[in-house]
Amino acid sequence: MLKVDGIDVFYGNIHALKGVSIEVLEGEIVTLIGANGAGKSTLLKTLSGLLKPKNGSIQYENKSIAGKAAQTIVKTGISHVPEGRRVFANMTVEENLELGAYVRKDKQIQKDIQKVYETFPRLHERRKQLSGTLSGGEQQMLAMGRAIMAKPKLLLLDEPSMGLAPIMVKTIFEIIEDINKNGTTILLVEQNAHMALSVAKRGYVIETGRVVLTGSAKDLQASEEIKSAYLGG
Amino acid sequence: MEWVQQLVNGISLGSIYALIALGYTMVYGIIKLINFAHGEIFMIGAFVGFYAISGWGLGFFPALLLAMTVCALFGVIIERVAYRRLRNATRIAALITAIGISLLIQYVVIYFRGAQPEAYPNVLSNRSFDFFGAQISSQSLMILCTSIALMILLQFIVHKTKIGKAMRAVSHDMDAARLMGINVNTTISATFAIGSALAGAAGVFFGVYYTKIEPLMGVIPGLKAFVAAVLGGIGIIPGAMVGGLLLGVVETVVSALGYSLWRDAAAFIILILILLFKPSGIFGKNAREKV
Ligand SMILES: Nc1ncnc2c1ncn2[C@@H]1O[C@H](COP(=O)(O)OP(=O)(O)OP(=O)(O)O)[C@@H](O)[C@H]1O
Ligand SMILES: [Mg+2]
Repeated sequence: MLKVDGIDVFYGNIHALKGVSIEVLEGEIVTLIGANGAGKSTLLKTLSGLLKPKNGSIQYENKSIAGKAAQTIVKTGISHVPEGRRVFANMTVEENLELGAYVRKDKQIQKDIQKVYETFPRLHERRKQLSGTLSGGEQQMLAMGRAIMAKPKLLLLDEPSMGLAPIMVKTIFEIIEDINKNGTTILLVEQNAHMALSVAKRGYVIETGRVVLTGSAKDLQASEEIKSAYLGG
Repeated sequence: MEWVQQLVNGISLGSIYALIALGYTMVYGIIKLINFAHGEIFMIGAFVGFYAISGWGLGFFPALLLAMTVCALFGVIIERVAYRRLRNATRIAALITAIGISLLIQYVVIYFRGAQPEAYPNVLSNRSFDFFGAQISSQSLMILCTSIALMILLQFIVHKTKIGKAMRAVSHDMDAARLMGINVNTTISATFAIGSALAGAAGVFFGVYYTKIEPLMGVIPGLKAFVAAVLGGIGIIPGAMVGGLLLGVVETVVSALGYSLWRDAAAFIILILILLFKPSGIFGKNAREKV
């Protein structure tokens, strides 16, 4: 479904991704793990079009999307839930969900908003509230709901568990699995490597801009390097 | 009952300031630029209205519509040609460019038609009628009602339409808006178009109300509308409306009290006070600036 081959991404002079290659197959949950500043968010931003790679190729459904504008890429079925949620704080919960469906022209939008409310009943209670007044966990739900509203084929999630209480983390991960079961492929960036590897099929480990390790989630969980570096022993 | 009359005059003048202030605030809200060329758009609007009425014999509303359309186009072109390439430049660079554009427009207009003023034709019948003992002119009432209608239309666009929602999204977070599939450039163009159209309308109203227009007429109302936008809270649309109306009323009251020489100073005293005591304006939360 998605094939990234040897991309280099720069912020000015900073070489943030160095020849990164990854692949995501249809129906999978694939996770990217790595320390702070490794380049995980940079990779997602490049996939969704917020950043442009200098070299290398990005094939999505056998078409090149490298360097395309973000608003074009989202139309092809890639939705990105950015790090830190980035909800539109000046707009209500419902308006945020409507914006999630900005690229759609069908008549099912209202129905899908109701579906998001079924998944996240809390959002339904808060639907007329300005999203800037939501708690962190509620904003995370909103950011995910908003991305789902675009009906993505591939969902990019950047640290969905960041700053959430353990019980909330569990809920969010259950929802991620549900979304996946309903047919959406997921590329998941997580600090919480333990949780991420428990839901993912495969994983990539990124260090200072390079992929240093890849394998099935099981193998990665068993690997000594991963245990000591990301699973806390 | 003289104060009712003064109040209506103040509100009419204020609605002109409000219409100009809306463009300042919308543009600031979306690209954080104080568009100092905005007063010149207002002037262009006044002149387009003038030529439409006295040259082509158009009526008030067709002339208004024409002025708004021309100004909308003008605003879009200015953004496209001058500001877009500066979007990632420092703010001071964009600000200086805006001042440059402002001077450019003033002197290009003077170059082509000279600096002499023009008397605005009488397009609106100006009967005055009795309203609880106060003499209200039908002209100021017409201006007031049309401005209010435009402001309601604006609120509708901003809150209920897709482009309005896109404008609010872009003003809050450009990258997140891109991720929704919003075309940021188109949205910014639309913002310039709408803001400039409102300034164009204000130009026609100003001409009708004060009956005299000239190429530098945009400077003082432009600055005052900027004060109005800051007064209401820059970037906040209802703030610009309230700030404009308030400023108009204050100016009229200052004149009515016999201090008409202080009229222009009043606006700038307000600006200084606001910047000293509540820089975020009436409607602004004293929040840190968004990054
Ligand atoms: N806008 C930017 N300008 C300059 N450098 C940046 C920018 N964003 C990220 N970087 C740098 O690029 C590198 C990769 O950052 P990135 O955000 O991708 O890390 P990450 O793996 O997502 O880390 P974290 O887990 O902390 O979110 C870092 O060294 C960072 O300092
Ligand atoms: Mg990150």
